[in-house]
Order: sequence, then C-alpha cells, then structure tokens
Amino acid sequence: MPAHETFYDVMRRHGITRRSFLKFCSLTAAGLGLAPEFAGRIAHALETKPRTPVIWLHGLECTCCTESFIRSGNPLASDVILSMISLDYDDTLMAAAGHQAEEILQQTVEKYDGQYILACEGNPPLNEDGMYCIQAGKPYVEKLRYMADHCKAIIAWGSCASWGCVQAAHPNPTRATPIHKVILDKPIVKVPGCPPIAEVMTGVITYMIAFDQLPPLDRQGRPKMFYGQRLHDKCYRRPHFDAGQFVEKFDDEGARKGYCLYKIGCKGPTTYNACSTVEWNGGLSWPVKSGHGCLGCAEENFWDKGSFYSPVSNLNVTGNVEATANQIGGTLAGAAAIGVAAHAAATVIQKATAKKPRASKEMSNG
Amino acid sequence: MASVSTPNGFDLDTSGQRIVVDPICRIEGHLRIEVNVDENNVIRNAVSTGNMWRGLEVILQGRDPRDAWAFTERICGVCTGVHALQSVRAVEDALKIDIPANANHIRNLMMLAQFTQDHIVHFYHLHALDWVDVVSALSADPKATSDLQQSISPWPNSSPGYFSNVQNKLRRFVESGQLGIFANAYWGSPAYKLPPEANLMATTHYLEALDFQKEIVKIHTIFGGRNPHPNWVVGGMPCSINVDDTGAVGAVNMVWLNMVKDIIEQSIAFTDQVYLPDLKAIASFYKDWGAIGGGLSGKNVMSYGEFPAYANNYTNESWMLPQGAILNGDLGTVHDVDVRDPDQVQEFVAHSWYQYSDENVGLHPWDGVTEPKFELGPNTKGTKTNIENIDEGGKYSWLKAPRWRGNAMEVGPLARYLVAYARGREDIQAQVNGLLEELSLPITALFSTLGRTAARGLEASWAAHKMRDVYGELMDNLKRGDTATANMDKFDPSTWEADVKGVGFGEAPRGSLGHWVHIKDTKIKNYQCVVPTTWNASPRDPAGNIGAYEAALLGTPMANPEQPLEILRTIHSFDPCVACSTHVMSNDGRELSTVKVR
Repeated sequence: MPAHETFYDVMRRHGITRRSFLKFCSLTAAGLGLAPEFAGRIAHALETKPRTPVIWLHGLECTCCTESFIRSGNPLASDVILSMISLDYDDTLMAAAGHQAEEILQQTVEKYDGQYILACEGNPPLNEDGMYCIQAGKPYVEKLRYMADHCKAIIAWGSCASWGCVQAAHPNPTRATPIHKVILDKPIVKVPGCPPIAEVMTGVITYMIAFDQLPPLDRQGRPKMFYGQRLHDKCYRRPHFDAGQFVEKFDDEGARKGYCLYKIGCKGPTTYNACSTVEWNGGLSWPVKSGHGCLGCAEENFWDKGSFYSPVSNLNVTGNVEATANQIGGTLAGAAAIGVAAHAAATVIQKATAKKPRASKEMSNG
Repeated sequence: MASVSTPNGFDLDTSGQRIVVDPICRIEGHLRIEVNVDENNVIRNAVSTGNMWRGLEVILQGRDPRDAWAFTERICGVCTGVHALQSVRAVEDALKIDIPANANHIRNLMMLAQFTQDHIVHFYHLHALDWVDVVSALSADPKATSDLQQSISPWPNSSPGYFSNVQNKLRRFVESGQLGIFANAYWGSPAYKLPPEANLMATTHYLEALDFQKEIVKIHTIFGGRNPHPNWVVGGMPCSINVDDTGAVGAVNMVWLNMVKDIIEQSIAFTDQVYLPDLKAIASFYKDWGAIGGGLSGKNVMSYGEFPAYANNYTNESWMLPQGAILNGDLGTVHDVDVRDPDQVQEFVAHSWYQYSDENVGLHPWDGVTEPKFELGPNTKGTKTNIENIDEGGKYSWLKAPRWRGNAMEVGPLARYLVAYARGREDIQAQVNGLLEELSLPITALFSTLGRTAARGLEASWAAHKMRDVYGELMDNLKRGDTATANMDKFDPSTWEADVKGVGFGEAPRGSLGHWVHIKDTKIKNYQCVVPTTWNASPRDPAGNIGAYEAALLGTPMANPEQPLEILRTIHSFDPCVACSTHVMSNDGRELSTVKVR
C-alpha cells in the first residue's frame, strides 16, 4: 500500500473545499452532541493520520471468525478496534442498525474510495438469485460486489470466504461460493481455518497496517508466515509418529501418554496452518494437544475428504511411516496448487488503488 | 384487512406507517424486522424474517454420524459447541452408548463456560449499546463514576484515575472523527436514560468484558483444543486425563486442572462483581421496560432441561435446570416435554420459504420434509431481489414455525428460569426473588424485555457458580481413581445396528435445542435440528399464531420511529442467532431434486 492519504487529502482530491471539510467536522461533532471545540480536534485528526477503514461483511457463515477475532490476546481485540483500524462496518458489533447501518457503506465508498480494506466473513450463495442470504432486502452478493468494487484489498476470513466451507460441502445446496470466485479483480488475502486462530487474524491485519503492504502470499493466496508449514512438521507429538507410537482409540493408554493421533484420523500431515506453533487462545493448547486429531479445517474442501476418524491414507503405517506421511502431504499440496489461479503477489497491492474496471461480472464456475 | 386477532391472543393492525429494520445488527446472522406503528408511534403489527439459509442438514445425509458434531458445530460460532453437544448426544442415544462420568462433568463444564461467556458477550457487546449512551460517557465525572462503582461492587478496577484513563481513551477515539462501530448510531436519543457516570462505567465494562471473555473459553481450549469450535467425540470427550503418570504432559494434567479452577473463580468474580451490579444499576433507570416487550413470556414458555448431574440421565431428576412447558401463564401447572412424542414438537411452513404437500399440518422432526420454495406474497412491495416491504400474508421467512402441541413458545434464559421457578427449584427462586426485591419490581415484571435481560444475567452468575460445583465433582471422581473420559465400545461402525434413531436435546444459551438423527447402514439417513431462535423468531403458523419476537414487539411505544432503538432492545433481549435457526431436512433426500445445482 502507498503511504496513507489522509481523509482530508481524499476530500480535497474529490474537489471538496477546506471550508466544506471544516463544516463536515462541525456537523460530525454536533451529530455526536459534542461541544463545538471538538470540531477542531476532529479536523486535526483527519488531516493527520486516519486509521485505515475496515468494512467487515458477513455472508453465509456462523460468525466463528468474529468470535475468534475477539479472542485475540496480543494485540487485544479492543485495541485493534479502537486504536489500530477503524472498523466502520461490522454488523455483528456495530451500534447502528437498518438504514443507519447501510448508509455507512455508501459513506465509506464516497469518503474512502480505493482506500479501505474489505474483510469478508462467510460467502455469498448464488442459487435462487442470491436470495439464500438477504441483506436489506437484496442478495448479499450485490453488497459484496459493490463494496469490493471500491476497496483497496480484501481479506477473506476463514474457510467460508477462502474455500466455501461447510455450507459448500457436497451437495452445496445454496451454491455457496468463496470470495475469489466472485471477486476477480482485487488482491485477496485468504486466512483460512474454521475459524482461523485469533492471533493469526490480528497478526494479518496489523501486518497490513504496520508494513503498509499485503503479507507475502503462497500460490493459494495464504500468508506464508502462518500457512507455510504443515502442522505435522511442527507437532510436539511428532517424535511419537517417528517412533511408531500411536493412539489406537480415544482414551487408550497411548492417548494418556500423548502418542501420535495419526491412526485415529489426524489430518495434520496434510494441513497447512499455524496451530502447532502459534496454538490457540493465547498459546494454551490446540486440537492435537488436547487429544483430538486435526480436522484439517484450513484446507480446501476438508469436509468432503472422508471421515474425520479415517487416517489420511489407508496405507499401512507400520513401514516407512515417515516417507508415507511426507508423500501424502507433498502430493496433496502439489495437487491443490495446480489449477488454482495465482493470486495477488505482494506487489499487486501497489496497483490496487488505481481503480480498474471489473474484469468480468460473471461468476466462474462455483 | 387492517385489524385481526390471532388465536394466541394478540391484536394486529397493519393500517399505520410501516417501518423496516434490516439488517438488525449486533446479532448472529441476518434478520429483518418490519413493524406498523399507529399515530402515537406504538407498534401494532410486527413481522420477523429470517434472512438466510445454509442447508446443513441435507449436507449431512450419507455421512458418518460420528462426524456430525463437527458439521453441526459450524451451525453457529457464537454459541459454539452447543450443536456439537446435542449431536453427540443424539448419536449416543441412537447407538445406546453410555458416556463415562468424567465426560459428563467435562461436557457440563464446557457448556457452563459457554453460557457464562455467551451471556457476558451478549450483555456487553450485543445488547448494552441499546441502553448505554457511549458519547454521554465523555461528560462523566471520573470521581463520581468511581463513587458509583464503589457503591455497587467490590470490583477492584474502580479508582477515579482508572475511569479517567478510559474516558481519555474514548475521547481520543471520538475526537479522531472515525467512530468505527459507534458511527451513525442513536447517541443523544431521549430513549437513553442513564446519567453520564453510569454510561462511563458501563462503557468501561464493555471494554473489560471484551478482554475478559476470552479467558472463560480457555476451558474449551483445555478440554477441546480450541475455541471457537472445540472438539468433541461420540462416546465421551477426546481429551484423556493423566494426573500422575509418565506422559501426563500429553494429557489433561494438574497444570490444566488448576487453570480451569482459576478461570472458574475469575468467572464468578466477573459475573457477581461486574455483570450483575451493572445489570441492576442499568435496570434501575429502565424500570418501565419491566412492562414492555412481554409477548409470549407471560403465556407460553418452554425448556428441554440442561446440565445433567448424572451421566446419561436426561430427566428432571438429573437436570440442574429442569424441563417443562408452561401454557397460558399458568405457573401452577408445568407440563412435561417429550421430544420423542410426534404430537409435541412439530414444524410448520405455511409462512416459510419451504413447501409441504399439505401446509396445514406440522411435522415432527423425525418425519419432516424440507423443500425450499422462495416465493414472495402478492402484497410484497418491491421485487424478488429488492424487497421493500415483506408480505406476511404469504411466505416470508427462511425460518420454519416450530410449535409445541400447536402452541407458539418462547425459549431462552427467561423461559428456563420461569420453568425452574414453577418447578420449585430453590436456587433459581432465591435468585429471582432477590433481584425483584432489590429493584422493587413485581413478579410480573419478569414477563418483559427487562425480565429477559435480567434472567440472562442471573443465569450467567448461576452458571459460573455451578462450574465450581462441577469442578469439585470431577476432582472427587479423579480422587476415586476413575480417569476415563471416553467409552469406545461402540465407536466402530461394524458394531452398530442397521437402522436406529436418536435424539439429543437440551438447552443452549438462547433456548431449547434438539437434534434428531436417523442412522441407516452406518450412515446418516436423516438429520434435523430444531433450534432456539427458530422458536423465538418464528413466523406465523397456518392458524395465524405469531411467534415470540413478533408478539414481544406489540404495544411498544417508539420515541422516534426513524431510530429503531426500542425494536433493537426487545429483539436483542432474545439474543438472536439466525445462522442457527435456518435449516433444511428431508427424510428421503427429495429436496435434492428441487435445488438447482447449476
């Protein structure tokens, strides 16, 4: 991202006079019931360093991403919301409702065209003309497209926005479709997981603010810093895998000794995420550490890869288990990368502020 | 047709100005409310529309029933875990699997933690801004705020300097001109009644609660590996316990058990020293809301019961909060609820975007059908993809209309508390009577928006204290040498009968929740959830009975119909969860043929 254009700069660029700008500040102060001297302070702040506006939309989802986000310990979610970004629209948390809420979207487009981050939780359904997810009487996909059209970059929170997730599992009755198959002309950072880890979410967004650029992404559009390694490679139970010490069923002797969960279905060998390193809820634990195999929830179509209690391969793990698991991981990762459109490299964002016509309004095949 | 009386005793008048609130924010999911107000701005008609449908139950067909908890857990990430719990209970019921005592204690701890955390987040982050004017807090005197805080609670964060710091942080935020989530709201409305000091205290606790809630859920992280969406397993819990042997670091050990104990004590302190005092302080300025928003609560309420004291016993001798249904406000008669009885729980679709062959009948979840049918009524204003006004005479919601013996019911904390009160549960009676006495309110004030919000606060405290008891029972059991957490005798599908049905039922933070499963040849043949918000946000049924949201809005005076604060207060008092409530099922996969997969 280029150096921040202040709110004042943006208004001037749109031909708004300083006089009008100050009037806006006065109205803002008055609208809040504040004394007139606040107008000057508001003007000062807007002229100097605005917080990056973030518009957080919700499609078909379960709100676990928002819930995860507010679990962040470092930084605290309250500090992110109050001091680091300007969360101008988030229907889960915002005070306004109805048309007062929806007006904010229009205001954002007018004030911050090409400047705001669009954070997408959930995805749009495309069947039934989009009316499986209705917002303000209209299909959610319309709102998504409109807000994407004017944004600087998109964060696709969680597996719904990144891949489709549970409502897109077979047979995907609503034709729930991930963001990158609907929005084709904007840089998208995928932060998959059902949900993603809280500190990964705040880590991604604060990276974008602090470094003024998108994080380096892998070929699937995920930040390399959090999704570059398999859980299996950093798993603290890995020595038991290497030693051939496995849990055969829940709560057996091996389970009580912390043996490897591979045989009861752990998807760690094929899952790229930060659970085994960052861990969850302030680094306290993660699924494998608390005794259940990884579900693979950060991977595409993880719902449709067989039972969570079937090993990732039915190959006999008594031989060269190390080679087997590595092959499984390597093969799947390679297959997934092929055919996936390469997404925004870090530099793409440099071009993002120059508004481009949308490549196509048509959906790719969901 | 301007005026009509419903069979469940409400008068509807559609002649006045129509007001639309969409989206209802500060909820889970997507909800629309339309009302008609009369010339005095009093609500005379109300329409609740569920705005989303995800189709999870059809997705479950043909899958391994042991996986169903993970799918259904993703119905909702706010009340995370509640669907997973009912799912494993349903499969265990079908397969006749008994879980170990420790697994029952751990599940109770996880659900009690969920109730505590969910209620705190609801009160402070989803509901408080309906009552608390954040901007007014800027004009509070920090010293007077400190005096107020110290007069109502021993909570240590109470010095003038503490409140002054928060106020300065808030002032910098407001002066930035970037109001974020507080933008374009209703600050300064005459509907806000708190003095600036109470506003500053509550706003401060908004921030404290946001920081604290993440601690409570660490109970999920310890036993389930993470939150949101901790892990569960059919037959017990996936975490093993090892308190004294080699490898204890790879299981639940004393370090983690000690942490659980600390979290419980912190949760008790927060609910008793912050949440409840705030609730009482705020309620004392809004006593008029003890007579507004009652709706169905003074008529029909229901609870399935929750928190089994004894493993595998889901009856009133075991439930810490009992099951029961109250009809027509008769607290003297509590009816037993049997979720297996085909005549009791039924769902109707006459006004829902689904179709039955005969839409005058209701179907029990084990026999239900769902075929989506998005069709707007003839009096809709707007178009199919741009609805200006909904037509409640036709189909108008993605929610079905569940009924108990044909009655629309209210569920949730207030319903649970009324059932427990009427069942003579002394712990609940003492809490309720104590609160009413402190606020000098009559018992009828319970049947209201204020009553719903108050019951939730009482229940948060009850749940936090109950965790302490359950933790003690878990430790006692471990001392007896029983460390089992899972029964794997029937985990292997080859041990299952060919054709079985089961039901998992209980209470989620927002009310009664049931999962019905039909397992055939080791795969899910049919799966159905009937969910709290489906009961409360229900559309009309074929007989014309309105649902709990719709009923609760009637008679509410609005200060300014342009600002829907009063609507938000009452709807939020139910804590809507719409992703939970919209669903689909089928007993034979027929709906697949009606869904175009292009």
